[in-house]
Amino acid sequence: MSRQNPLGWDDLETGSSLSPGLHLGPISRTDIVRYQGASGDFQPIHHDEPFAKEAGYEAPLVVGMYPAGALATWAAARIGPHRVRSFRCRFEQMVWPGDSLTGSGVIAELDEEQRLVTVELALLNQENQVVLTASLTADFTEPA
Amino acid sequence: MVNKAAEGLVGNRFEFPVERGKVLEFLEATGGDVEAFGSLIPPTYLTSAFFWEARVQGADVKEAIGFDPSRSVHAEQEFRFHGPPPRLGDRLTATSRVDRIYEKTNRAGKTLTFVDVVTDFRDDKEQLRAEAIMRALEFPHE
Repeated sequence: MSRQNPLGWDDLETGSSLSPGLHLGPISRTDIVRYQGASGDFQPIHHDEPFAKEAGYEAPLVVGMYPAGALATWAAARIGPHRVRSFRCRFEQMVWPGDSLTGSGVIAELDEEQRLVTVELALLNQENQVVLTASLTADFTEPA
Repeated sequence: MVNKAAEGLVGNRFEFPVERGKVLEFLEATGGDVEAFGSLIPPTYLTSAFFWEARVQGADVKEAIGFDPSRSVHAEQEFRFHGPPPRLGDRLTATSRVDRIYEKTNRAGKTLTFVDVVTDFRDDKEQLRAEAIMRALEFPHE
């Protein structure tokens, strides 16, 4: 990944997108296992095929916090990690091994007085279905 | 089946040291630009509190909720930071609680059960530095 300096307050405009966008995938079982090891969430439904099938799924479903985490780290690197004050996400649809996701972020709100920025984020799968929506707030009183 | 009596349950306190190796591992696993973060954690890193929570008896309040894995999903997740996010070397302590258990009826007339689990992260001066809010959802039996 090429380095980019975090955005400055003067770079921000309501409706503008964070670029370049995020590409994640195709997601492998190894990606899932590596994330679960890093996060410490060993819920077997995300890696244990027989367990997932017993629960009624065709395959282990991707642990939602993995793509959510990828989207959050991508957005935070652009905005400036020290400025992040919240990240909130909603899991809209299940993600499966083999899926390829595209992430985007749009500057939704600029609070001029408090220099608080809200970025609306989304992840789409290869069929253009929204699998995750999120928002991130950042405090731009923090210097770059 | 969600045990509604678990509402209000507060878990035992557990330590959560912010360590370089673990943060790097998390950044690598989420495809993060390691250089951009310097000594700061990425926004969803607090989710890795699972590891420390599991080491303290009675810290993980989710055990008392009794989700059925075939009927429950992680619906939403939020992280709030009071000031800049924690950084490498911070020695935080954390406590989880079952904040709310409530029901909603969907358009098909089925009753869904929502559970909010909140984890507070405090520094060595007892200042609240961050909160993690997990919202899970259990569907009714078919």
